[in-house]
Amino acid sequence: MNVIEASGLGKRYGGTWALRECSLAIPAGHVAALVGPNGAGKTTLLNLAVGLMAPSAGSVTVLGGLPAGSLAALDGIAFVAQDTPLYKNLSVADMLHLTRNLNRRFDDRYVRSRLDDLGIPLQRKAARLSGGQQAQLALNLALARRPRLLVLDEPVAMLDPIARHDFMATVLTAAADDGVSVLLSSHVLAELERVADYLVLLSHGRVQVAGDVDDLLACHRVVTGPTAQADRYSEGLNVVHARRGEAQVHFLVRTNGSADPVPQGWEAHPVGLEELALAYLREPGAAALPGPARGDDAQLSAAMQ
Amino acid sequence: MEIDKPVSKPSGAEPSRLDAGSGEGSPAVAGSAIEFRLDPSSGVPTYLQLVQQVEHALRLGYLKPGDQLPKVRDAVASLVINPNTVLKAYRNLEAKGLAAGRPGQGTFITATLSQAGLPELTGLRRALSGWVVSADAAGLDDSAIVALFTSVLRDFRERHDGSAGRPDTADGGEAERVA
Repeated sequence: MNVIEASGLGKRYGGTWALRECSLAIPAGHVAALVGPNGAGKTTLLNLAVGLMAPSAGSVTVLGGLPAGSLAALDGIAFVAQDTPLYKNLSVADMLHLTRNLNRRFDDRYVRSRLDDLGIPLQRKAARLSGGQQAQLALNLALARRPRLLVLDEPVAMLDPIARHDFMATVLTAAADDGVSVLLSSHVLAELERVADYLVLLSHGRVQVAGDVDDLLACHRVVTGPTAQADRYSEGLNVVHARRGEAQVHFLVRTNGSADPVPQGWEAHPVGLEELALAYLREPGAAALPGPARGDDAQLSAAMQ
Repeated sequence: MEIDKPVSKPSGAEPSRLDAGSGEGSPAVAGSAIEFRLDPSSGVPTYLQLVQQVEHALRLGYLKPGDQLPKVRDAVASLVINPNTVLKAYRNLEAKGLAAGRPGQGTFITATLSQAGLPELTGLRRALSGWVVSADAAGLDDSAIVALFTSVLRDFRERHDGSAGRPDTADGGEAERVA
């Protein structure tokens, strides 16, 4: 099952396309990172997926084909927007009361036990909680709805390192305990490297890379060698991004997954997720879509269940 | 690839809930003999770091058959890593015959990689430390000490087994199975 499936999806604000020709399918059971520079269209894509806005072109479905924004879709998705929206003048207890009454399903015992663990007092007004506590409150209210898909827009951008750590621990524990699929956006990839196992890279309103992280890393590598031979060697390579010095050159190349031997004088190295993403972001013309070998993706995620 | 000293042996207590508000980096993993740590600068994939830490702990006798590995949710919460990464590490250990999952309970050690018990290892380490002190006093640097040890070990194996060395257990394929 795909938790999000978009086909030719686009959103236009006036004459500007914030997102265009976006086609992707994110399988269930992943913590997926939606990454891209500011203004790449991340928030637009998330808002379309959760049904907060209507597309200008194309379509998007969630949780195995439910139209985004439909009642059935809303029932299975929890969304925490960028600014961790809370009614700041309400107490924590009132926020619980309100959320319980606005939702068809709400696990009161879960959220109370979580808030107790976190040491968040029920009588305190939301505005008087620390930034980390406010984020945790919004997250746990979302999780108390027992969603199958949790969508988070820039969840940790405003948090200090410990609050980030604790916030992500809550998210990942929910994924481990309840099998919640997660889609979260960030413009800082480094902190998602150990968290995400699926990557969607957005750039200038288009999906540039999408796929299982292990698969993506397995079919890219960096080859380093003498600049003098660079042009001859690179002819047979699928070079994503090149960094040339006068004597030495580094190519980040896409392979078919097999580790072909490199010519004498050249070295091959595995590539990290951040290096991979930066290489693509620097080369808007390059793309790795729709993720290498979709069938393998499905097999892998099935094997990981 | 350091392993923390084993925490208290299984007390029978259920691991405490993730106390995300305490500001502590790692919630209690009571009930597990080891705790994982990650080295972000090692360049070794995260799942492989977990596998190697278990193998290391097995070799040093910190883990023995029957011991429970950290529960997936506890490892996930304390390291803040993807649950699939922990599952991949445990699956790898299972494939090597070192661990087995018990439905509803967790993953348990089923084999050993250590060839001596913890007390024997402690004694051997002490004797070797004494030797290293005298080697150092004789003016040998680290690489000279390693070279000398390797050479002596090779001579010993050639004399006694007629083979150049024992198979490298780092690959884990030949773990001694115990019932």
